[in-house]
Amino acid sequence: MLVKLAFESLKSRSSSVILTLLSIIISVALLITVEHVRLEAKNSFNRTISGVDLIVGARTGQINVLLYSVFRVGSASNVMSWESYQELKSNPMVAWSAPISLGDSHHGHSVIGTTKDYFEHYKYGNKQPLTFSSGDVFNDIFGAVVGADVAAENNYKVGDKIVLSHGTGHVSFSHHDQAPFHVTGILKSTGTPVDQTIHVSLQGLNAVHLSKTALSKVVEAYNNKQHVDLPESGINAVFLGLSSPIASLQIQRKVNTYEKEALSAIIPGVALNELWQLIGMVENLLLVIAFMILIASILGLSTMLLASMRERHHEFAVLRAIGAGPLVIFGMIQIEALLLAFTGAVLALLVVWLGLHLSSSYLSEHFGLFIDTNIFHANTFILFAIVMLVTCFIAFIPAISAYRTALHTGLSK
Amino acid sequence: MPPVPAVQVTDLCYTYSQSAQFVIDIKDWTLNKGEGIFLYGPSGCGKSTLLNLLAGVLKPTAGEIRLLGEDFSKLKNRQRDKFRAQHIGVVFQQFNLIHYLSVLDNLLLATKFSGTRVNKDEISHLVTELQLSVDIFNRKASQLSVGQQQRVAIARALINKPELLIVDEPTSALDEDARDSFMQLLVSLTQTFGCTLIFVSHDKTLAKYFHTRVNFTELNQGVMPNVS
Repeated sequence: MLVKLAFESLKSRSSSVILTLLSIIISVALLITVEHVRLEAKNSFNRTISGVDLIVGARTGQINVLLYSVFRVGSASNVMSWESYQELKSNPMVAWSAPISLGDSHHGHSVIGTTKDYFEHYKYGNKQPLTFSSGDVFNDIFGAVVGADVAAENNYKVGDKIVLSHGTGHVSFSHHDQAPFHVTGILKSTGTPVDQTIHVSLQGLNAVHLSKTALSKVVEAYNNKQHVDLPESGINAVFLGLSSPIASLQIQRKVNTYEKEALSAIIPGVALNELWQLIGMVENLLLVIAFMILIASILGLSTMLLASMRERHHEFAVLRAIGAGPLVIFGMIQIEALLLAFTGAVLALLVVWLGLHLSSSYLSEHFGLFIDTNIFHANTFILFAIVMLVTCFIAFIPAISAYRTALHTGLSK
Repeated sequence: MPPVPAVQVTDLCYTYSQSAQFVIDIKDWTLNKGEGIFLYGPSGCGKSTLLNLLAGVLKPTAGEIRLLGEDFSKLKNRQRDKFRAQHIGVVFQQFNLIHYLSVLDNLLLATKFSGTRVNKDEISHLVTELQLSVDIFNRKASQLSVGQQQRVAIARALINKPELLIVDEPTSALDEDARDSFMQLLVSLTQTFGCTLIFVSHDKTLAKYFHTRVNFTELNQGVMPNVS
């Protein structure tokens, strides 16, 4: 009955109640989003790469190497020579290697040139290998393997032709339209930047950067099914698997002190951690701000209730007359506050859930963030409980005021 | 054995602040069960204060109020609230109802605090007795006319079959015709229910509906401060 009373009372003051509700929805949605994205981003980060012991690239900071080689964000500032790669590859402690070359794009998705080893050894999540939903690895220089999102977005199937563009980004003025790239395989979804990537052979990527005449010769030879010899050129990074995990540090030192060329070798786990610390700090700050906003909006709720005390004098007098003690009126105000916070929080969950559903593909495409759209996990419910608790606390201000008003309210005035 | 009086006031004193003079000072006043009295006096003489004391919203500074044989003034706040819900019906000048609730919910709310169970037939019966049609049940209290509101207020006050009915200037917002029919309904219903009625007004023309009339200024020795 008291809940009904509180509900009807709120309904009778709908305009200020709706505004308060909106502010609670916004603040709780913000809080849930920040917390959810924080968890998901960390998850998404840590599952991007696994089973790779070292990543080697031209000398730069370890976060930079990680960003361009794994996340395909930013660009490689320098190349690593083919000779250095060969020397590294021949080291007995190197079990496998997968070179990658970057810089081109296709409808805004990054294109990497690599070898078959990449598909065999690159792992993500909990050491899961890449698998094909249709087709297979490329066998000639103009074959391409596309990630799940790229295929879904462009409706690609095996055999489709694709044109690469020079440079990264959606809009490019230079298209490699002479090179007859075609889809040979489509990867299953991984929830990592691989889904957003087009993989072609290193030679194919080298070929499109030849002069027009040289390229047309290559294409002609390719069409006549002749063997084409292409000069090797530099690569941007190489993923390494080592014979034993202990070798990581040895090889890393060796690479970092390599005299012929300035190179960097990074351990993915360590670099991921450093990157996370960098981002984590910002996210913690965001969380603190989100909490402040929540408190501000609940203070607003209390202000709204407090401001209504005067006009509710008659209401309290009636309740007192029919036998309600001041505690009942205290409880009624608390219930009103909690009812509002609860409704706001539920609606906020809905808003976040909808928002994530609508924006998840955008986030993965543009930021390489793979956010699970399922927000109904323990952390969200803990936040929910915190919202209710904070409301209960702050609502003490109007509730106590109502209690005192009720205590001193006579029957008739 | 003599019947237990409905109201028994002994040496009752009340003051709003420690230093001020007593607003209420009543040596001895008894009201028998089933009696209906007209308590009159000019406005601002402390009538409302006495009603608040009788209803248990205010606590006496000194003295004793016994209601229905119970030492009312010695009860704890919570017990007094409960006693009021169960045994006292209150109707005041206006704004007797919670405006955002329906008529039916207003009536049911009163039974909630008293803990009595009332079935819908009884409520319908009571409402028809008050010459209201049952289809106002689902109307919001704020949509009723003042006259209708005051009659619903009587229904609300009587729904728990209280022994004591306290009515404070209930007709001041009504016009003359409405006032007359309201008074007749009130008097006949309190007789039907057999409850003790304390009717407070400054309007002496209403005295004709009552056998017993009490001049408040003679009853009360207290002095009202000249503020109001």
